[in-house]
Amino acid sequence: MLYTLCLVGILVSLVSLATLFVDALSDGLPWLDLQFLTSFPSRFPEQAGILAALFGSIWVVGLTALFSFPLGVGAALYLEEYSPKNWLTSFVQLNIANLAGVPSIVYGILSLGLFVEALALGRSVLAGALTMTLLILPVIIVASQEAIRSVPRESRDGAYALGATRWQVVRGIVLPQALSGMLTGTILALSRAIGEAAPMIAIAALVYIRFVPTGPLDRFTVMPIQIYNWVNLPQSEFRGLAAAGIIVLLAVLLSMNSIAIFIRNRYQRRAR
Amino acid sequence: MNGVKTSKRTQHIREWIIGKFLLASALVSVFTTLAILGVLLLEAVSFFQQVSIVEFFTETRWTPLFEPQYFGVLPLVWGTVLVTIIALSVAVPIGLGSAIFLSEYAPDRLRRGVKPVLEILAGVPTVVYGYFALTFVTPLLQNFFPQMIVFNALSAGLVMGIMIIPMVASISEDAMLAVPQSFREGAYALGAHRHEVVLGIVVPSAFSGIVASFILAISRAIGETMIVSIAAGSTPKLTFNPLESIQTMTGYITQISLGEVPFGSLEYRTIFSVGLTLFLVIQVVNLIGQWMVIRYWKRY
Repeated sequence: MLYTLCLVGILVSLVSLATLFVDALSDGLPWLDLQFLTSFPSRFPEQAGILAALFGSIWVVGLTALFSFPLGVGAALYLEEYSPKNWLTSFVQLNIANLAGVPSIVYGILSLGLFVEALALGRSVLAGALTMTLLILPVIIVASQEAIRSVPRESRDGAYALGATRWQVVRGIVLPQALSGMLTGTILALSRAIGEAAPMIAIAALVYIRFVPTGPLDRFTVMPIQIYNWVNLPQSEFRGLAAAGIIVLLAVLLSMNSIAIFIRNRYQRRAR
Repeated sequence: MNGVKTSKRTQHIREWIIGKFLLASALVSVFTTLAILGVLLLEAVSFFQQVSIVEFFTETRWTPLFEPQYFGVLPLVWGTVLVTIIALSVAVPIGLGSAIFLSEYAPDRLRRGVKPVLEILAGVPTVVYGYFALTFVTPLLQNFFPQMIVFNALSAGLVMGIMIIPMVASISEDAMLAVPQSFREGAYALGAHRHEVVLGIVVPSAFSGIVASFILAISRAIGETMIVSIAAGSTPKLTFNPLESIQTMTGYITQISLGEVPFGSLEYRTIFSVGLTLFLVIQVVNLIGQWMVIRYWKRY
């Protein structure tokens, strides 16, 4: 009896996922064509496209990767290799874990007050990227820490015994071996960032963007915002456009996740 | 490492600089928390200079964009609570059931096949769930509840529940897998049936982890934005009827961010006062969760 109930549970999960995908695919495929990928949004559904949002997403994710990878890896290296094991370190760890649980919209509100207003960056790509950096930083730090911990002690001890300094050990021993885990964690975090709408809405606000960003201080929109905008429009054609946008977004996500899994499988150190 | 001989002093300086860089990276996280608190509190303080805290927490109407303006946050909080309750009533049984199935009943190969599917479910962007709620779930439910309007708490809650299932399932399953096999075998040796072992031994032993998964699910549901913005509506009200449209804290913040509110106005500051309320609610939920985990934790 319990078995049946649990089986039903699993089946419901699987069926929901399948329904979700089938629904989005069937609504969106008719609207997915080259014209969709190369046009700007428009009042007329037949002419509307996702170009601005696609490039906006690429800009934001690109800058986010640039900021978040060094910061995340640096923080993880500090916590694992450099910091003394005292209460301050535990506090920082606890803080990072706490930040991972803060809803993404709060990061959007933070950025609104800090980056958009106080630092006068305006509703720009740069502000968006900084928001995303702060949002995914805890994830990258935790993943990198795991990767660093998987480097065996003997490797480090051998290097220290030969007279290497701390940074020499980190750069020559720890980083090369932990790099694949760090990269995987970062790419997975970035793929989460690409799907985030809430913080971007708080910053970008305007949804009717008809240009591609050419610099970090330009205004922008991202794919989730464009999809959100289309879903909320009453005409049913825009639902189809939203579904097509979803397909593009999921395709990008799938590619990023595949790259991450490929890196993990190819370069993962054989566990002892 | 490199062929150039650097003096001891240069090396020390370089080591020191690198160490400080890395420390700075680690401190970014501390800075983030301080910045969140700082921004929220600063703007909220300005807000509360114009709206009394008493009104904020006791008034039952929220109409900052209409005349007359009422600033009672209770309808928004209640909207969040209502949707969360619906989501949990989906996610807890199904998530726990899935976890029990995967850890106690499923053969290894089946588990290895199903786990990635659950991970995919967890990785779908919430905008997609919102789309699903509005275009599929709501029309479907309208067949059963003709009086249901397009924006309602039930569709949003159900879909949010589906989104949360992987979280509950994954963490509960890890907790159950950590229960030593000897516990189960001892019970079987005493003649217990499988369901007695599962419900009487495994689940109680894994209780701490299972509770942790629930708390995490609650936290996630409270903070979720897209599903409710798309499918739950933008009419804050205190109602027990899930077929009506409501508004959550997160839904309101989204709505106001997209509107044409001038910087620095009272309406603009509601973003931060509601945001602060949201943040505090989540912190309280997390604290309760940590307390419960410690209380029920059993070490093996």
